[in-house]
Amino acid sequence: MTLTVDLHHRFGDFTLDAEFEAPAGVTALFGRSGSGKSSVVNAVAGLLRPDRGRITLEDRVLLDTALGVMQPPHRRRMGYVFQDARLFPHLTVRQNLLYGRWFAPGRQGADPARIVALLGLDALLDRRPGTLSGGERQRVAIGRAILSNPRLLLMDEPLAALDEARKAEILPYLERLRDALGLPILYVSHSVAEVARLATTVVLMEAGRVLAAGPADAVMADARLAPALGLREAGALLSVRLVAQEADGLSRMETAGGPLWLPGVAAGPGSRLRLRILAQDVILATERPRGLSALNILSATVEQIHPGEGPGALVRLRVGDEVLLSRITKRSLLALDLQPGRPVFAILKTVAIAQENVGNRLLP
Amino acid sequence: MTELLSPEEWNAVALSLRVSFWATLLSLPLGVLVAYALARWDFWGRQILNGLVHLPLILPPVVTGYLLLLTFGRRGAVGQFLDQWFGIVLAFRWTGAALAAAVMAFPLMVRAIRLAIEAVDPKLEEAASTLGASRVWVFVTVTLPLILPGIVAGAILAFAKAMGEFGATITFVSNIPGQTQTLPSAIYSFLQVPGGDAQAFRLVLIAIVIAMAALLLSEWISRVVAGRISGR
Repeated sequence: MTLTVDLHHRFGDFTLDAEFEAPAGVTALFGRSGSGKSSVVNAVAGLLRPDRGRITLEDRVLLDTALGVMQPPHRRRMGYVFQDARLFPHLTVRQNLLYGRWFAPGRQGADPARIVALLGLDALLDRRPGTLSGGERQRVAIGRAILSNPRLLLMDEPLAALDEARKAEILPYLERLRDALGLPILYVSHSVAEVARLATTVVLMEAGRVLAAGPADAVMADARLAPALGLREAGALLSVRLVAQEADGLSRMETAGGPLWLPGVAAGPGSRLRLRILAQDVILATERPRGLSALNILSATVEQIHPGEGPGALVRLRVGDEVLLSRITKRSLLALDLQPGRPVFAILKTVAIAQENVGNRLLP
Repeated sequence: MTELLSPEEWNAVALSLRVSFWATLLSLPLGVLVAYALARWDFWGRQILNGLVHLPLILPPVVTGYLLLLTFGRRGAVGQFLDQWFGIVLAFRWTGAALAAAVMAFPLMVRAIRLAIEAVDPKLEEAASTLGASRVWVFVTVTLPLILPGIVAGAILAFAKAMGEFGATITFVSNIPGQTQTLPSAIYSFLQVPGGDAQAFRLVLIAIVIAMAALLLSEWISRVVAGRISGR
């Protein structure tokens, strides 16, 4: 299932001019507030009629202004999870969940009992939306969208209205859904951490335009895009394989640049993990350092150097098939005489696990 | 009741209840439609429709009654048409009293329902449409349940107004005992004859009781419905 989007729309002095493709998996529409992400999602859902545009899902034309085609929202079967849950206050949680099912009789869709279990909604079924917490409401909204048996799931910052604790509560559910349902998801967010954790494809938007689009690890590691992603948040995603649990409590991972150790990862040997490594947590050395407490040192090759406007520079490193970003000063850049093609050692100060069991996600 | 009231008095009460009931019931669907159009649709002539709906509230009731007579009377354009094609005669009949009551009560009904519709978040309706509901189904399953308290309030307000309607009714359908003599017309008639004060007073008490009962009923229904749809 591939969603293709090509939109042109003006609101006052803001111009939306977006074109991208979203393949199967989670496509994150990423960008600052006001970059036009929500307008894109509303146009895909049919809630916004753009001045010009064409939207197709596989071979179905949802919108083609040149041909005068505009499918109304209720025919598109897009499960839309809004930022502000939008549950129906006069219906119970159960009735909310089954609302969409009512309009899709006879269709084979997700089994309600399974979705209720996946989202942990059993205890809430007979309650009314007014008595639910923010996190519970959002879980019900996600379940309601899925049970309408959609072709595509649209999520417009479903976690933005929640505090960190609630986000942490819902993210695992989203991961489980992504892995269990195999439904294409268009996910709007302005949080790099969320995108790193969920996305397979990233569409980076700025001021109504698509700045970059492509596989998540490639976009996230593109040094030129660092300013748009936010310098503090710049970083790369590294896929690794857990090879052994060692006696001192560390788990050994295998990468193309050498082994990595992380404290007690709760996964079996052979499982694939996705690590997020921030550029500011990577130190470069031209020789393998000795007498250093840091355990995780990878051998890499300098691929690209992107000097920023300030005293810093972003260096893109190649580690086998994958990339790492390192943020260093221009002074160090000169002192170490770094050039594209030069072998270096990357010392990782901090390594965070972005995703567990990446392998599941790649199944169709 | 029949022992308390003379047949003439009883006729007036029963007629008023019948007139108000039908006036309210038959104008309710139109009231919801007009309120919805005024609240949600942007169309040419919206302000004109709004003005027309509110006109009976501002015009002297006698003027409204006279306009009804001109339009729906035997020689009026619509009156002739209804008589010739459907055999319906409104002038000087209880059905005409119901029409007059409905027209006079319509602005109050529309106002109450329109306020309720404007309080419904259109985002909920959008959400329903993304879940597969067409516009009609969105209205039936989301908008209608949410505006139910407003509809109840509007209907009871309209019923109470219809019970008390006098000026337009007496102008349009006159004051024929047993046919078009409603509660207010009967009170008026009794006050015109010497010694009719006692009869008038009994009818005044009945009018007060009916009005109070309608008000309490509407409060109670609104509370029950609002409780059910507040989401708690």
